[in-house]
Amino acid sequence: MPMKTWIEKQRHLIDFTLASLARRKAKNLGLLFIYTLLVFVLASVALYAHALRTEAQKVLASSPEIVLQRLVAGRHDLIPPGYLEQIGQNVRLRGVQKMEGRLWGYYYDSVVKANYTFMAPRDMQIPRGEIIVGPALERSRGLAAGNGISFRSYSGELHTFIVAEVLPQTSELVSADLVLMHEEDFRAFFKYPEGHWTDIAMSVANPQEVRNVAIKLLSTLPDSRPILRDEVLRTYASIFDWREGLMLALLSAAILAFGIFAWEKAAGLSAEERREIGILKAIGWETGDVIKMKFWEGLLVSLLAFLLGYVAAYLHVFHLDAMIFEPVLKGWAVLYPRFTLPPHIDGLQIATLFFFTVFPYTAAVLVPIWRAATTDPDTVMRS
Amino acid sequence: MIELTGIRKAFNQGRHNEYWALSGIDLAIPDQRVTALRGPSGSGKTTLLTILGCLARPTEGRVRLKDEDISGLPERFLTEIRRRTFGFIFQQFNLIRGLSALENIILPAYPTGQPRQALLEKAEALLAGVDLGQRRDAQVEWLSGGEQQRVAICRALINDPEILIADEPTANLDTKLSKEFLGILEKLADQGRTIVLTSHDPLVVDSAVVDFVVTLRDGRIVDAK
Amino acid sequence: MIFQPAIIALLLAAGISLFMLLAAAPFAVRVIRHWDVASGSERQLQLERLTYLFSTLVAFVCLVQILAALLFVFNADKMSVMFVGAMCAVGALNVNAFGFPALYAQLALFFLATLWLAINHVDSRARDYPLVRLKYGLLLAAIPLFALSLYLQLQYFLGLKADVITSCCGSMFSEQASTLASEVSALPPKPALIGFYGGLCAAIGISIWHWLRPRDGSGYLTGIGALAGFGAALAGILAFVSLYIYEHPHHHCPFCILKPDYAYQGYWLYIPLFTGAAAGMSAGVLRLFSRRPTLAPIINITSRALAGVAAVGFGLFLAVATLMIWRSNLILLD
Repeated sequence: MPMKTWIEKQRHLIDFTLASLARRKAKNLGLLFIYTLLVFVLASVALYAHALRTEAQKVLASSPEIVLQRLVAGRHDLIPPGYLEQIGQNVRLRGVQKMEGRLWGYYYDSVVKANYTFMAPRDMQIPRGEIIVGPALERSRGLAAGNGISFRSYSGELHTFIVAEVLPQTSELVSADLVLMHEEDFRAFFKYPEGHWTDIAMSVANPQEVRNVAIKLLSTLPDSRPILRDEVLRTYASIFDWREGLMLALLSAAILAFGIFAWEKAAGLSAEERREIGILKAIGWETGDVIKMKFWEGLLVSLLAFLLGYVAAYLHVFHLDAMIFEPVLKGWAVLYPRFTLPPHIDGLQIATLFFFTVFPYTAAVLVPIWRAATTDPDTVMRS
Repeated sequence: MIELTGIRKAFNQGRHNEYWALSGIDLAIPDQRVTALRGPSGSGKTTLLTILGCLARPTEGRVRLKDEDISGLPERFLTEIRRRTFGFIFQQFNLIRGLSALENIILPAYPTGQPRQALLEKAEALLAGVDLGQRRDAQVEWLSGGEQQRVAICRALINDPEILIADEPTANLDTKLSKEFLGILEKLADQGRTIVLTSHDPLVVDSAVVDFVVTLRDGRIVDAK
Repeated sequence: MIFQPAIIALLLAAGISLFMLLAAAPFAVRVIRHWDVASGSERQLQLERLTYLFSTLVAFVCLVQILAALLFVFNADKMSVMFVGAMCAVGALNVNAFGFPALYAQLALFFLATLWLAINHVDSRARDYPLVRLKYGLLLAAIPLFALSLYLQLQYFLGLKADVITSCCGSMFSEQASTLASEVSALPPKPALIGFYGGLCAAIGISIWHWLRPRDGSGYLTGIGALAGFGAALAGILAFVSLYIYEHPHHHCPFCILKPDYAYQGYWLYIPLFTGAAAGMSAGVLRLFSRRPTLAPIINITSRALAGVAAVGFGLFLAVATLMIWRSNLILLD
């Protein structure tokens, strides 16, 4: 059959299908609604989990390859003076580009009942008495550049700082609750002993070397605990994946129910529809033509449901902060009262969603469609 | 020319309610003539009509259409031949509700993949031929019985068939409309089409339009003239 | 096992495909035993109706296999962050012994499914359906392969442990390793280049020849040419096309080019390549049946069209690859 004829024929079939869908609005809208709902739920889960994953990756991208903690009686302790130097002298660590002590800690603000992360960055020059705050503080305490703020330290003294700057909102998951200050201020505020550090950050240029460095550190400094960035990333990724997978497994009941529903809808042809197919067969349509017509019908319904469901899920996750699934998926991240996820769409996800929705739908309607399409052409004359 | 030899047709074959609707039919339908099949209900005339019109395959026997043996053809090819060669008019007009008269008429041509515009023009010409030009966009369920039948006739003609098959065409019409139908039938016969119909309406069977009458009883031909 | 949506989707696809074929198997047996096209008995009419179900079902399963193959590679690539040492799909597939076999099974199913569809296409156009028994025999024969594919995927996914240290494309396709892939990778650029262009031009030439004069001989050659062209294309990608894309003289990976980092360029290569190879091989196989009187004219038309598709597919692949080499800043040959 020449191409042009073939295309024209498909156009006819689509025309007929559209008219036929419009004629049975109530039934088809019901199917469309359930179908869209399923896509919406699954797409919300997928988009949300994916956004969390990407966010975590982004957060960790700028963190050092290895963070070294010291353990005392199996618990995290301060790095004593001389420890850092000891590593440099006794352990020859090839591949470690930079190694430095870090200072950071948590502070509970009883005014707004929230935890802040106080930090003394090494790569930033902050004058004494000034701080840089994250967007969460900007919101909760109504701070802006130039304002003054006082915190009561754990020793009971009141310390007053001037806000020099508010951090931008690009990746709120980490920066939201951050308070950056000068090293001296930090030590004074927490009464942190001179020469002690919270932990040690190491940057390693070659990713293949990270593991070797960690092994070497462990063998020479048995009281240390190296934390690898890649390990954290992996843990994050698999935890989010696992949660997403678990959600999907729970939702598989819904998918199954949807499959049965689709089967019922396709198998339970109304007398009118049965009659129409009989007429078409009698006046010169072939079984294959009817199957093609039904195929177009399924494709149109699927595409529409997929589009509607996906767009709704996108809006739900990225503009309404996934209010329906947040409690289930975010888990421990509830610490952060508010963060906007960066919108993200990816091909694997759409392909996966397709397998969870369009595939079961098609599998479920195949046999009923065939059954309807093989109606004998002489049925209309025999009844 | 359609030639049937030794046609038998069974339903529910191999089951306890098996029955043979046709048991040994030999029949030749002449070209460009009107042939009527008549007989009491259950005599097998509709079954015979479905086999003549390639709507069904006989269980046994051979069917030749224009000197080609088509008895063993699978549905796919039989349908192709049927679409090219036959037009059908049914007792219940069997129009699709919710579609306009024009859309109903072009339905049999969809699988041929002709351009829609050409089909619509052809359908309009056909409608004008049966004085229904003004109702072309009306949904078929709003049409009267007589109008519906004329739409069904136009639909049967859209693929320009050589043979027309009509099953009890006047069963749902009153006398006046039946006479109108016979008028249309005569015109179609004059165009040189072969027509085969079933009927037990004396108005049709005894009319001058019909050239041959075949009488069936219990799945056999008892009389042909 | 790593519990992940894409993995569940893949297992679901393989499982449902197998289930559908298994459910269809008894009917396939009935078709093989009782098919008699000349009969008008109700059983025969019912069998004819069943053939519609089968073609639709297999077409559907075929489509699913194509998508599943894509998803499989896609997913392996994404999972690579979870394994130490894995940087792309190769690493993830290397986590256990079942990764690559599962991929190969998936690809085999793809080619088999397209071949079945080609046979089905010609058979359902011949008035006596002469290949019906063969078709359903093939279908039954394919079931174990579907089961094998599901088994391999299950083993692969169940055996995924995030703490395994795997080796990635760097080691697998490096010139020092001793695998077939690495030996291909180690080919010096010049002979590789000659083999690549020679093999593909031959495949294209034979296909065009068959398109011009659809005979048995040229048809068989088209099939063999497609197979050879496919091999030459894969070898070429490993040996040097990938190098030009990465602009790196030692990165031979055939999977990294599918990553977004390289603007998904791989799809422009693989989609025409697989289309061309499947069409060419099908054309060759179809010629086996060209002696049957009712099939001959149909096979002439179909094998010719398939050869045309093969020529276009391989041609497109060659053009895209050449364009990529030409636009690259890497210089391998003076």
